[in-house]
Amino acid sequence: MESTAHAFKDNVTTALHDANLQQALGKVRQGFIVKRREAADRLPEFEALRDQARDIKNHTLAHLDFYLEAYEKKVTEQGGQVHWAATAEEARDKIVDICRAADAKVVTKGKSMIAEEIALNAHLEEAGLDVVETDLGEYIIQLRHEPPSHIIAPAVHVTKKQVEADFRQYHADLPPERHLDEPWELVNEARQVLRQRYFQADVGITGANFLVAETGSSIIVTNEGNGDLTQILPKVHIVITSIEKVVPNLDDAMAILRVLARSATGQEFSTYTTLSTGPKRAEDLDGPEAYHVILLDNGRSGMLGGDFADMLRCIRCGACINHCPVYHAVGGHAYGWVYPGPMGSVLTPNLIGVEEAGHLPNASTFCGRCESVCPMRIPLPKMMRHWREREFERHLSPKAVRWGLSLWAFFARRPRLYGWATGMAMSLMAAVGRKNGFFERLPLAGGWTDHRAFPTPQGRTFRAQWAARQRQGEEPS
Amino acid sequence: MTCLVDLMRPSVGFAAVELLERAGCDVEVPLSQTCCGQPAYNSGDRAHAEAIARQVIEAFAGFDYVVAPSGSCAATIKHHYPQMFADDPDLTAKAEDLAARTFELVSFLTDVCGVTAVSSDYRGSVTYHDSCSGLREMGVQNQPRQLLASLDGVDLVEMEESDVCCGFGGTFCVKYPQISNKMVSEKAKRIESTGAELLLAGDLGCLMNMAGKLKRNGSAVQARHVAEVLANRLDDPAIAQPPSSAGQGEG
Ligand code: SF4
Repeated sequence: MESTAHAFKDNVTTALHDANLQQALGKVRQGFIVKRREAADRLPEFEALRDQARDIKNHTLAHLDFYLEAYEKKVTEQGGQVHWAATAEEARDKIVDICRAADAKVVTKGKSMIAEEIALNAHLEEAGLDVVETDLGEYIIQLRHEPPSHIIAPAVHVTKKQVEADFRQYHADLPPERHLDEPWELVNEARQVLRQRYFQADVGITGANFLVAETGSSIIVTNEGNGDLTQILPKVHIVITSIEKVVPNLDDAMAILRVLARSATGQEFSTYTTLSTGPKRAEDLDGPEAYHVILLDNGRSGMLGGDFADMLRCIRCGACINHCPVYHAVGGHAYGWVYPGPMGSVLTPNLIGVEEAGHLPNASTFCGRCESVCPMRIPLPKMMRHWREREFERHLSPKAVRWGLSLWAFFARRPRLYGWATGMAMSLMAAVGRKNGFFERLPLAGGWTDHRAFPTPQGRTFRAQWAARQRQGEEPS
Repeated sequence: MTCLVDLMRPSVGFAAVELLERAGCDVEVPLSQTCCGQPAYNSGDRAHAEAIARQVIEAFAGFDYVVAPSGSCAATIKHHYPQMFADDPDLTAKAEDLAARTFELVSFLTDVCGVTAVSSDYRGSVTYHDSCSGLREMGVQNQPRQLLASLDGVDLVEMEESDVCCGFGGTFCVKYPQISNKMVSEKAKRIESTGAELLLAGDLGCLMNMAGKLKRNGSAVQARHVAEVLANRLDDPAIAQPPSSAGQGEG
């Protein structure tokens, strides 16, 4: 996907003026948050599980090479094949090769953020393949030719009315007088249309929430069961995933699964949790004849051991996004690339460069709500600050900001001068603004006064009054 | 003393001093302090942030406790200073020592001084905004509510999403004014729908942001730092209000 992260500010303007988007964002603001809170409250050991989940991932990441090799060995033993891909391009090429070798025409896809990261659909289509998204949200945005705006609810920016209009346009062979007002009617229609496609598919591509080193299994969680049909019916199953998804054994995967759905949607468990281990065996009734795993690195190994290593614990639950007031204001597309919200603000600069995505870690108030709900206890604000430090060191931050900070620091490091200068400035402001109590406009403060009044300072600074009080042994009146 | 209180609203500083003195503390305000360095730190300017942090560590050496009428300044000292000097064990030790002595005002009053009730002449309905750092880094949530509940004349009406950021975020509000405006607009709606007459919070930055928005919207809701009500320092006009609104001006 082509990034527009550099144009973040323009994207924000567009988003704030998009009435449909603003209406749709209300859903995120309310639904997810309450449900997560209730699910967490119902489970007394929830906080302890978060610690356990963090520790499991930290351990795995510290021995990543070991667990990845163990995983590969197990996959191979079951008759599957692991393909290591250092870059997005390698991963895409590999997948196209596998599809060509299978003489594929139709490819069904379960939801996968890695597929988004490597812009897989566009490449498969270029290679002449008919690609069908089977997750409802992904299906909707595929019809609309849009990227996802959320990592677990890709079409959360679309209203019900818009979906209805899309379905009427693209499902033109269905009776025009049919009813499509209710969400269940939309779901049923999508199900009907997609059902045909599952049987036509030659290759099924899914992501993976976890890779289990002990068994060579990949695990996906879905609420629609679409992933199961995608991976079982076609003759080839490709798992597109990335190296940090591995965990040592099934118990570890289960421990993390217990925090995943609760954090994401407030469910105890997702409706379907599906393990796939190699191709169909002689005694199996169903399953693919060939089983491939594409293991993408794409910059992740470079994050190991560095300032951003904690980010590799992320299980893509979306809780940080659901709780982010900046996301609530502008939605996912404003972030300009695949991963939105706080997790995107940390991850995106790692994957596509801070020159391109430098706005993202700056567009945060450091309110800390993301970190407080992250099941993997990832210190998201701290890592955004790391990015800001790197931008500052490399002189990527705006000149006006650097200049302002230097001037301010010059005074802040000289308390006497600071006291004198601020004393003068505040007296002046107070003299001018006391009558109203506020300023409608202030020079150099347009960012503030375009949208709100600026309160008038009271007058004499605390320092000045305190010093006088010390001298007189009493508070001035 | 936080820089915003020093410059914009010294009455909050005096309210804090009064509350601490009534709780039995000896209060000193070293004038060798200026600011905690948060603007530099959050902008990625480590060199300036560290220089200012050293100055603060010096200024507060030797005091039993360091108390700030702001969750965010207190959090900078308590949680961020100790991380700043990773390669200087001596300074790290000093920063940790300071961190252990540093508190946000209201939680210090209740949790350390054991204050359970205060008195104030304020009569009316109030709503309380949980500032982000105070809430999530300093654990300030029940303490101000507990003290407000001890006031007979005060009726606390909770707003929806009182724990959601108001969009101030220090330099954020001028770097990304459109997003900040959207956030503070949402906040103003929630404040107004409580019907409360007075908005309280523990951080002046957030208060200036919210009060400025309410003013621009033409709202009648007034805003004060929670310490002003708790210390019964109500003579000064509320934030962004003209002198007449409180009967008499300061000075
Ligand atoms: S950063 Fe944490 S909260 Fe956000 S998606 Fe990843 S695991 Fe979930």
